[in-house]
Amino acid sequence: MDWFPLLNSLRIAGISSVIVFFAGICAAYYIARAPRVLKGILDVIFTLPLVLPPTVVGYLLLRVLGPRRFFGAWVLEVFGLRLTMQWWSAIFATTVVIFPLMYRTARGAFEAFDENLAFAGRTLGLSNTFVFWKIRMPYCRQGIIAGLVLSFARALGEYGATSMICGYTPGKTATVSTTVYQLWRTDDDMLAFRWVLVNVAISAVVLLAINFLEKKNKRGRND
Amino acid sequence: MALYVDIKKKLGSFRLDVQFEAGNEPISLLGASGCGKSMTLKCIAGIETPDRGRIVLDDRVLFDSEKRINIPPQERRTGYLFQHGALFPNMNVLKNVMCGVRRKCSGAEKEKIAREMLDRMKLGGCEKLMPSMLSGGQQQRAALARILVNEPEILMLDEPFSALDSHLRFELERVLSEVIRDLGKTAILVSHNRDEAFRITDKLAIMNNGRIDVYGGKKEVFADPLTRNAAAMTGCKNIADAVITPDGRARIDEWGITLRIPNTNKHADCVGVRMHDIHPGPGENEYIFTVADVVENPFSYTVMLSAGREYRAIGMELEKPVWEKIRADKVQVNIPPEAVLLLTKQALKGYNGNK
Repeated sequence: MDWFPLLNSLRIAGISSVIVFFAGICAAYYIARAPRVLKGILDVIFTLPLVLPPTVVGYLLLRVLGPRRFFGAWVLEVFGLRLTMQWWSAIFATTVVIFPLMYRTARGAFEAFDENLAFAGRTLGLSNTFVFWKIRMPYCRQGIIAGLVLSFARALGEYGATSMICGYTPGKTATVSTTVYQLWRTDDDMLAFRWVLVNVAISAVVLLAINFLEKKNKRGRND
Repeated sequence: MALYVDIKKKLGSFRLDVQFEAGNEPISLLGASGCGKSMTLKCIAGIETPDRGRIVLDDRVLFDSEKRINIPPQERRTGYLFQHGALFPNMNVLKNVMCGVRRKCSGAEKEKIAREMLDRMKLGGCEKLMPSMLSGGQQQRAALARILVNEPEILMLDEPFSALDSHLRFELERVLSEVIRDLGKTAILVSHNRDEAFRITDKLAIMNNGRIDVYGGKKEVFADPLTRNAAAMTGCKNIADAVITPDGRARIDEWGITLRIPNTNKHADCVGVRMHDIHPGPGENEYIFTVADVVENPFSYTVMLSAGREYRAIGMELEKPVWEKIRADKVQVNIPPEAVLLLTKQALKGYNGNK
């Protein structure tokens, strides 16, 4: 069995999770402070990829990144770099698709934060950076980690937008999900089934991890 | 004056409009919840920004909307004690206090300062505990230790007792009084409890709906609360609308009585009578009332008296043996005219911040 699809899926999911970790937390943090109207609008925009079909996300991404579309064409001309059909093109797709998961969970965690802790820190002369990383983040840690794990799992299984933006090239852009589809399409049932098992195993581990974190979280609150 | 505050802030339909001054002394902001007490403290601490106004602390301008000065909370040096202490739950007690040490020094020295302050707050031995393992009173003392090592220029206590059981309140109250006295700086206690406000501080500011109604020495405010709200906040339970007649009496239709009142030309549209100022037996303003209800308190009775079915009852507080001797369906009582509080529904202009 050629393990490239798993490796590729893992690196795509890993990189997009890191991006989404920072982007989602930033968005969650600043949106809580935005004026109400702006808050409503941004919240809809940030959550939209969660409910849109992944193919629609893929289509929209292609409209921007495609080699004949304005941004894609510009990058191609200036850097000689094609943004689609590369293994890393899938990062664009997974990042957009999993962003709402991270953003939503981080926002939920931040909303449960006792703002008086931040106020107390600031009146004591602690910098805003210290308050954020040493007080707010540890307080919200479990929620944020759960969001990150969920995002990572979703990125591993992303199919629709990924297949549209980087297709299926064995050994180049193949991911677990696109491989399963390709194998099923070409009647290689045995191999397809093995990949399905791999996928189920990874997802089960991830869900176990989330449940474990949530239990730990509850115990922490009850203390 | 150590502290000068003149701020305005709009929040939806609520308007905060507060002016007061305070010396190096403890004062209380007394008021019902939602009247803007905490908001006022937060504006002084810099956590909230007023729309307009000026805040000066010991010649340092903390906020001035005209000169566009708004010092960040980190540099204001305001010691803010929250309702629940606001200890950082992810750090042990010692680390929490060390976070507050203002002096620039090595970690070991910070630890020494923090340990000393914890000992002073009688928390020696609790250094390595997490805040969630402390009792409410210990949490507040740890929070106080964290504030004191921060060397604040003003203390602000935002309902510090409200999360505590009553037997712990008194203990923390003693600690706080001592800290306030030792620090010798302005201290503002926000409270809705008249007793603790009276015990801890010298001056009272009574807030109502975003404004300070009455501000003065605590004894004067209790003796003559001036407004209906202030009378209620100082614990006066019998308050009713009244019409002052030309011959200097107060006609109170709600109670069905007309009271002789102190000789004064003060404007008033309501009156208040404290429950302990109604005495059984004959005297001035003497009436025979029907006993509508008797409520037993731990050490006294509250006897509800009414001039008739159609009138609202007023409460009289009597010591247990006194009432047990009387026990009747009708009682004769008297209300000394000088005990009748003359009040207005609206705060009078000009009294605000009188001293």
